[in-house]
Amino acid sequence: MLANRKLILAHFWLAFAVFGFALTLGAWQMFIRSPIGTWLSNPELYYRSLTAHGTVMGYVFPTLVAMGFGYAISESALEQRLVGVRWAWAGFWLIVAGSIMAMVPIALGRASVLYTFYPPLIGNVFYYLGVVLVVVGSWIWVALMSVNLRVWRKAHPGAPVPLAMFANVAGSYLWAWTAVGAALELLLQIIPVAAGLKNTIDAGLARVFFSWTLHAIVYFWLMPTYIAYYTIVPRAIGGRVYSDSMARISFILFLVVAMPIGMHHTFADPQVGAGFKFVHSAFTALVALPTLLTVFTICASIEIAARLRGGRGMFGWTRALPWDNPMMLALAFSFVMLGFGGAGGLINMSYQLDASIHNTQWITGHFHLIFGGAIVIMYFAIAYDLWPHLTGRELIDIRLIRTQLWLWFIGMIVTTFPWHWVGILGMPRRMAYFDFGDPAIAPQALSVTFSAIGGFILLTSGIMFIVVLARGMRAPLVDAGPYRFAIAVHQPTTVPVALNTHALWVALMIVLTLTNYGYPILTLATTEGTSVPAVYVGAQ
Amino acid sequence: MSAHDLFTLGNRHFRIGVGVTAAILIVTAITGFIVLPFAQPWVQFANVWDAICSAAGVPQRAANVTAPEQSKRLSEVVLTSRTLSRPSQEAIGRGATLAQRCAICHGPTGISRADSPNLAGQYAAVIYKELHDFRSGARTNAVMSPFAVNLTDPEIADLSNYYAYLPRLPAYHPTPQLPKPNIVIYGAPMRGIAPCGACHGSLDNKTGSPWLEGQSEAYMKAQLQAFASGERRNDISQQMRNIARAMTPQEIEAAAAYYASQPSDVVKAVD
Repeated sequence: MLANRKLILAHFWLAFAVFGFALTLGAWQMFIRSPIGTWLSNPELYYRSLTAHGTVMGYVFPTLVAMGFGYAISESALEQRLVGVRWAWAGFWLIVAGSIMAMVPIALGRASVLYTFYPPLIGNVFYYLGVVLVVVGSWIWVALMSVNLRVWRKAHPGAPVPLAMFANVAGSYLWAWTAVGAALELLLQIIPVAAGLKNTIDAGLARVFFSWTLHAIVYFWLMPTYIAYYTIVPRAIGGRVYSDSMARISFILFLVVAMPIGMHHTFADPQVGAGFKFVHSAFTALVALPTLLTVFTICASIEIAARLRGGRGMFGWTRALPWDNPMMLALAFSFVMLGFGGAGGLINMSYQLDASIHNTQWITGHFHLIFGGAIVIMYFAIAYDLWPHLTGRELIDIRLIRTQLWLWFIGMIVTTFPWHWVGILGMPRRMAYFDFGDPAIAPQALSVTFSAIGGFILLTSGIMFIVVLARGMRAPLVDAGPYRFAIAVHQPTTVPVALNTHALWVALMIVLTLTNYGYPILTLATTEGTSVPAVYVGAQ
Repeated sequence: MSAHDLFTLGNRHFRIGVGVTAAILIVTAITGFIVLPFAQPWVQFANVWDAICSAAGVPQRAANVTAPEQSKRLSEVVLTSRTLSRPSQEAIGRGATLAQRCAICHGPTGISRADSPNLAGQYAAVIYKELHDFRSGARTNAVMSPFAVNLTDPEIADLSNYYAYLPRLPAYHPTPQLPKPNIVIYGAPMRGIAPCGACHGSLDNKTGSPWLEGQSEAYMKAQLQAFASGERRNDISQQMRNIARAMTPQEIEAAAAYYASQPSDVVKAVD
C-alpha cells in the first residue's frame, strides 16, 4: 500500500537530480587533474567542485534515498498510511532549503572546505547552516519512522515487526546518533567561528567529533542496500530469505558496532591516544561480522531461488539464476564490489597497514568502490524496483537497465582499481594538480588516465539511469499491484522481544560511544591551549 | 515476554548481548591499554597506571625539556582581512606628509629606481606589517630599521594607507615580459611549494602577502635568499622560509625575473 507516492517520488527525484549534478562534477574533477586534462591554473575551482561533489554525495543524496525508501517501507511493509505526512513534507523542504543554502556559498567559492569541513579551514557560515538544515530535515524522518512503528505496534501487539521496517528503523536510529558527532562539531566549534564570534578553533577535537560521524555514516548509506539485499532481491528473483533471524541479527550488529569505531580515521592524529586507536581498530574488525553474515545469508537465499528454478550440483545451481533480471545483476555486481572494497577496508582499519596508505588516493578509491559501487548500484536497483509502484507505469527499457548496470560496474572498477594502485605508489589525495612531467610520478600517468576514463563511463551510466526513470514517467499505465517484500523460508510467527525491538541495541550503541569516545573528547575539550587560529576561505 | 522484561538478567538476549559486548570491550581495552604499551621495547613505563595514561593520551608535559629559547624576535603583527580596509582622506593626507622621508629610496611617486620595493598601490596590510616588523626588530635592514624605530602606531597606519592609495604606475622594468615559469603558476607540489600566485595575487591573494609585479629583481632575489638562509624570519608560521628553502637557485632566479618583468597594473584589485 503506497499512499503517499508523491512524497516518495519527490525524495527520489531530488536525490537522483542532485546525484546527476554531483556525478558530472566528479567526472570533471577526474578529468581535470589527469594527464589528459589541461591544468586549470586555479586550484580553487577544483576544491569548489570537490566540496559540492562531496556535500551532495555524502549528505544530500544518500539521505534522500534512505528517507524516500524509508517512507515506502513504512507504508508497504506495515500496510498502514504514513503517520505525519505534513512533517515528512516539512523534512523534505528543509533538505531542499538546506541544500540551496549550502550550495550558494560553495558556488561563490566561499566554502571550499570539502565536505569533511577540515577545520581550522573555515568557510561561509551559510554553508554549515545549510548542512545543519539537511541533517535536521533527516531527523524528522528518524522521528517519523519511530512514530510509525509505534503506531503499528499498538495496533498489532506482540506481532513480529516486518523485517524491512525493523531494519529501516535500525538504520534511522543509527543515523540519528551518528549525526550527533558532526552536529556537535558544527554547533559548538565551527559555526561560532564562521559567524565571527570566535577566531580560534580546536582542530584536533573537531576531527574526533567528525570521526564519530564519519564512519557510521557509511553504514547509514549502506542500510538501504542491505535492506534491498534481504527484502527485495530474494523476492525479485523468485527465492526466499534463508533466515529472518540472521537478518535481524545483522542489522542489530550494525547498530551496535558501527558507531564506536570512527577513530580509525584518526590513526595519524597525535591528539588521540594509541590505546583508543587500538580499541576502535578492534571494533572496526567486528563490523566485518554483519557483512559476512549477510553475504552468507544472501548467497543461501539466492541458492534457494536457483534450486527452485531447477538448479543442480554443488555450484551448478548458479547457472540456473535469472541473470537477465536487473536485480540479480545488481546484486552480483554489488557483491563483487563489496568484496574488493571490504578487503581494502580491512587494510584501512589495521593500525599498522593503514600507515602505508593513509591519506593517499587509495582511500578515495576505497570509499568510491564501497559507496559509489556496492551501495549506489543497489540504490539504482531499489529505484527500478519501486518505480512501477510509484508511477503506476511499467519500466520497459529492460535492456537499457541491464546496460546501465553493466556500465556502472565496469566504470567503477576502471575508476577505482587504478586509484587504489596509485595510492599504494604514494599519490596523495585532495590534490588539485599533479605534474605528470615530473619523472617521480610520470609512471602513474597511465593509471590516472584510466581512472579518468572510468569516470566518464560512470557519467554515461548515470545519465542512462536518469533517462530510464524519466521515460518510466511516461510509459503506458499498468497495475503493478501492491509492493511486497521477500518472505523467509520460515516466516516468523513470534520473535523474541530483543529481536523485535531496538531499545537494548540502541542502549548498547550509546554506551559503547561513551566508553570509546567519552574520555578522548573530555580531555581534548578541557585541555587549554589546543586551539589554533582559523583559516578563512577566500579571505583577502 | 514483554518489552519490560528486556532489560533484566532473566532475558537471554540481554545477558548475551551485554555480556559479549562487555567482554569484547574489556579484552580490547586490556590489550590496547596494558599489553601493547608494554610490548614496545623502546618505551619504558614505571607502572601499569603510567602505561594506561600513555595509551589513553593523557596530555603530558615532559618535565626536563624546556622550550627552545627564541634568540631573535618574531613578528607580532596581527592582520585580518579587514585591517586598514577603510582609510579616511585625512589619514591618507597625513601619510603623504610622512612619506616625504621615504621618497629618497622608494621614489616620490612610490616607484623606486634604487632596487627598493615599489610601494605605490601596495596593499595597506603589507606595508603596515613590514613597518611594524622593522620597528620591533622582527625584520632588520641597515637602512630601513632606523627609519622605522621612531614611527608611532598611527603614523604606520597613515603611511600604509597613503601608499595603498597611490596609483600603481608602470614600474621601471627594462626587460620584455617573460613567460610564466612553472614555479609561479604550478609551484612544486612534490616539494610542498604552492604556486607563488596562490598567495601573491595572480591566482589568489592572501592577507599580508604583497603583490610582486614590477618589483626589483635584485630585491626579490635577495629576499628569497634571505628567507632560505633564515636571515629574514618575520614570515608568520615560516610560510616563506619553508617555500624558499625548498626552491632551487634557478627557481629563485626565474621567479624574481618573471615578477620583475610584469607591469604592475595587471595586479587585480582586492577591494
